[in-house]
Amino acid sequence: MQTPDSLSALFKQKAELVSAVVKEVKTPHEALQYAIDVCERKENCLSLMPALNEPPDANPAKIIAAPALDATLTDAMRALCEKNNIRFLTSGLREHLAGIDIGLTFADYGIAETGTLVLDSSSEEVRLTTMISEIHIAILPQSKIRPDAYHLEDELGKNMRSYPNYTAFITGASRTADIERVLALGVHGPLELHILIIPEPEKERT
Amino acid sequence: MQEAKNLKGYKKEVDDALQNEFLRTAMDNFAVAYRTGRANAFAGMDVEALVADIAAAKDAAIARMDELFEEFKTNAEKIGLKVHRAETASQANAIIARIAKENGVNKIIKSKSMTAEETLLNHHLEADGYEVTETDLGEWIIQLRGEGPSHMVMPAIHLSRFQVADLFTDVTGEKQDSEIERLVKVARRELRKAYVEADMGVSGANFALADTATIGLTTNEGNARLVTTLPRVHVALVGLEKLVPTLHDALLVNRALPRNATGQGITSYVTWITGPNVCGSAPDNKKEMHIVFLDNGRRDLARDPVFAQVLRCVRCGACANVCPVYRMVGGHRYGHIYIGAIGLIITYFFHGRDKAENLVQNCINCGACKAVCAAGIDLPRLIKEVHARIQDESGHPLTSLLMAKVLRSRKLFHTLLRSAYLAQKPVTDESHYLRHLPFVFAQEHNFRRLPAIAEKPFRDRWPLLKTAVSDPEMRVALFSGCVQDFVYPEQLEAAVKLLSDRNIALEFPTDQSCCGLPLEMMGEKKTTREVARQNINAMSSADCDYIITLCASCASHLKNGYAKLFEHDETMTDRVRRFTSKVHPFSAFLHDILKVKADEFKPVPVKTTYHAPCHLCRGLKISEAPHALIELAGLDFRPAQEEETCCGFGGSYSSKFPNISSQILSKKLDDFKKTEAEILVTECPGCIMQLRGGVKKRGDNLKVRHIAEVLAESKRQTE
Ligand code: SF4
Ligand code: SF4
Repeated sequence: MQTPDSLSALFKQKAELVSAVVKEVKTPHEALQYAIDVCERKENCLSLMPALNEPPDANPAKIIAAPALDATLTDAMRALCEKNNIRFLTSGLREHLAGIDIGLTFADYGIAETGTLVLDSSSEEVRLTTMISEIHIAILPQSKIRPDAYHLEDELGKNMRSYPNYTAFITGASRTADIERVLALGVHGPLELHILIIPEPEKERT
Repeated sequence: MQEAKNLKGYKKEVDDALQNEFLRTAMDNFAVAYRTGRANAFAGMDVEALVADIAAAKDAAIARMDELFEEFKTNAEKIGLKVHRAETASQANAIIARIAKENGVNKIIKSKSMTAEETLLNHHLEADGYEVTETDLGEWIIQLRGEGPSHMVMPAIHLSRFQVADLFTDVTGEKQDSEIERLVKVARRELRKAYVEADMGVSGANFALADTATIGLTTNEGNARLVTTLPRVHVALVGLEKLVPTLHDALLVNRALPRNATGQGITSYVTWITGPNVCGSAPDNKKEMHIVFLDNGRRDLARDPVFAQVLRCVRCGACANVCPVYRMVGGHRYGHIYIGAIGLIITYFFHGRDKAENLVQNCINCGACKAVCAAGIDLPRLIKEVHARIQDESGHPLTSLLMAKVLRSRKLFHTLLRSAYLAQKPVTDESHYLRHLPFVFAQEHNFRRLPAIAEKPFRDRWPLLKTAVSDPEMRVALFSGCVQDFVYPEQLEAAVKLLSDRNIALEFPTDQSCCGLPLEMMGEKKTTREVARQNINAMSSADCDYIITLCASCASHLKNGYAKLFEHDETMTDRVRRFTSKVHPFSAFLHDILKVKADEFKPVPVKTTYHAPCHLCRGLKISEAPHALIELAGLDFRPAQEEETCCGFGGSYSSKFPNISSQILSKKLDDFKKTEAEILVTECPGCIMQLRGGVKKRGDNLKVRHIAEVLAESKRQTE
C-alpha cells in the first residue's frame, strides 16, 4: 500500500536521480525564502542575448519571476525581493527572453514513478517562467503526488478539454547527450530544477 | 543518407565507414552502455506485456487511421486548430511553405522531427528563401554540417567533440574549447536569438490524440517548448501513424519510448498542446496553429496485411542501438533517412525501391532488433519480405536464382555437394580447412579459414550408426541441416552417442534437405516454401514424438519460420502445427526433456566459454539450457560479456558483406579472449564455421566445439 509518505519518498528518489534538488518546506512562505536564498547564492544570470540588452550594468539586479502565486504570496514575495534588492516579475516575461535568474511556480501534480512535475502552463507567463529561468523552483504539495501518469488521466483530460491548453510534464533540468553521449544539463531550458515539497497538514493524516 | 547506385557502390561506402576509428569506438561504447541502461530503466517491469499492450493499442489505431484523422480534424476545428492532410512528402512541404507565406514569415525555427527529415522539409523551405534553424543540439550540428542524422534519437552520434568544437569555432567566429559542457552552452547562447527572431516554429509530434485534438511532444533539451511558444505561428508535421484515440494510449507508449530510447524513465519534458494558445508575439495575442498530417504511403501500409505493423514504430531507435551491423558501419550507411532495422524496411515504402534495394541486403538476421523493439515489430522477417518484394519487382540476381534451382531438388543439391568434395581436394590442407577458395557458393571468405566438405556425409554414415530399439520410450527424428550433414558429420555422431543407451528410437529420415533459411535470406520466397513442404513430408514419414536438430538456425527456421511461411495456407495449418510443436533444439531437448544429470558425466574442469547463437537465444529464447549443460558436464564455465552478440556469420551474409562480417567476428574473438577460456562451446554449425575459421586465421588458442561434442566426450561409458 502506498502512503503519502512513501509516494513522496519515491518521488524524491526518482527526481534526484535526474539531478533535481528536492527539499521539504513546511509552508509556502518558507518556499519563498528558499527562492531568495538560492537567488542570493547564485551568480548573476548570463544574458543569452547581450546585444539585445542595455549596456552592461556594473551591478545589475537579479530577477525572480513568479507569475502565478496567489495575492498574499505575491505580496510577500515582492516584499522579500525588495528587501534583498532583487527584481520581481509577475508578468512581461517576453521582455526578458535573454534569461532570468529564478522562476518560481506551483506544480499541479507530481508523478512518483518518474519524479515528474505536472504543470498547466497555458498562461504564457508561467510557460516562459519555466523555460527561460536559469533555476526553476517548483512548489509541490505532497497531497498532489500520484503513483504514475495513469492516475492523472482524469485531471489531464480535464485540462485538454478546457482548450486552449498547454500542459507540461517536467522531469529534472533541461538536458542533452547529443555530443558523444555525454550528459550535459541546461541546454535550452533551466540549468537546475529545485522541487520544494510541502507535506500534508497533520490533521489530514489518519 | 545511403544513396549508392548499386550494391558494389554501397559495399564500398560501407567499407569506408569501417575504417572510421572514432565512429567504431563510439559505436562500441554505445552498444555496451545501451544494454545496461535499458536493463536498468526497465528493471522490475514486465517488458513483454508492455510491448504486447503497445502493439495491440497501435494495431487498433492503425486499423482506424482514417477515422481517427476525421475525429482529430473535427475536434481541432472546434478549437481553431487548422488541420491538413498531405498525400506526399512534397505536398506536405508545399502546405508548410504556403502557411509561411500567408503569414508573412521570414525566419523559421524547428524542433526535431523525423517526419520533417523524411520530407526533406528544410531543403524545400530554404529553396523558398526562408531561413531555417534547427534547435535540437544534434540536429543543429548536422544542419550546420549539411548532413543527415546518423541516429533517430542522437542525430550527431557519429561526431566527436573536436569536430563539434571546430564547427562551432567556424559558426561563432571565436575559438571554441572542446569541453562538452561549454559546447552545449555555445548552442544555448547562439540559438536563443534564433528563437526570439523566428516568426514560425515547426515541430513534429510523438502523439496525436484524436479525442481532444491534442499533440504530445517528448524532448530532453526543452527546445520544442520554446519552438511551440515563442514564434507567432506553429506548424506540427505529424505522420498519420501517430494518431491514437486517447491520452491513455499515449501514456502507454510513453512508458516504453524513453526507457527503450535512452534508458530514461521519462524525458525531461513531455508537452501536451491542445489548440492555439495565448501568444504574446501574435497580433491578436493568439497563436496561429496548424497540424499537417503526412500520408506518404502510410494509408496504403495500414491496409497491408504483412507490413501494417511497421506503423507501430514509435521511433525509439532501439533497433539500431542493438544491431551488430549498425554498430560497425554507423547510421549514415545503415539507412536512407530512417535508420536501423526499421529504416531498412520503411525506406522502401517512403523513399522507394532504388533507395532500399542495397540497404535491405545488409541484415544478418540476428534478431537483436526484434528482441528490443518497443512495439513488438517482427523486424528481421519484414526485412526479408522487403527483399523478396524487391526481387520480385526488379528481377532475381543470378546467384539467387541458381541457389533456388539447386535447392528445389534435394538430389541435385546433394550431388553438387558431393562433387564439391572432389573438386576441393587439391586445395585443402592436412588440417581439413580449405586452403583457398571457392567454397561451394561463395567468393570472398578470406578473413577466416573455411572447412572442407567431409569425405563421407552423415547420411552415408547413418546406416552403420543406426541401432534397433525394440520397445522405445520415445521416437526421435534427427534433422541435420546441410552444414552438419556435409561438413561436420562428427557433431551429429556425437549426438547419436549421447542419445544411445537411453531407450530412444532414433531415426534419420534421408529425404530431408536444407531447411530453406538461406533461400529466404536471398529473397527466394517461393522456393523457401517448396523446400519447407518437402521437409515436413520427409520428417513426418518417421512418425516421431520429437524432431531434434543440432543447428540453432535450422531449429528456429523449422519452428518459427515454417509457421510464418504457411500462416495463410489453411490446407497446411494442422500439419504445420503438428510439425513445429515437435521441433526442439538439441540442448533444450537434453536438458528440459531428457533431463540429463551431472552423474552421467566425468567432470573435466577446463575453462569453457559459450557463444549464444542468435537463433537460439533470441529466435527460440533458449539461454539457460546450454549454460546448465556446460555446468552439468563439469566444465569450468566462464561466461563472456557479449555472449549473445551475433558472431557475424548470417549464412550468405558473410560472403555478401565480408568486411562487416569479419569485423563483427574479430570483436567477438576479442571478447572471448577476456574470459581466458580454452574451449568455446556453441550450438550452431554456422557459428562454428565462422568462429573456428576466425580462430584459425588469427592463430588464437581456443578450441571451438559444438555442445554435443564436449558433452559426448565427457559422457561416462555405461558398462
Ligand atoms: S536482424 Fe540483426 S542485423 Fe538485421 S537489422 Fe536486426 S539487429 Fe540488424
Ligand atoms: S522499430 Fe521498434 S525498436 Fe525500431 S525505432 Fe521503431 S519502435 Fe523502436
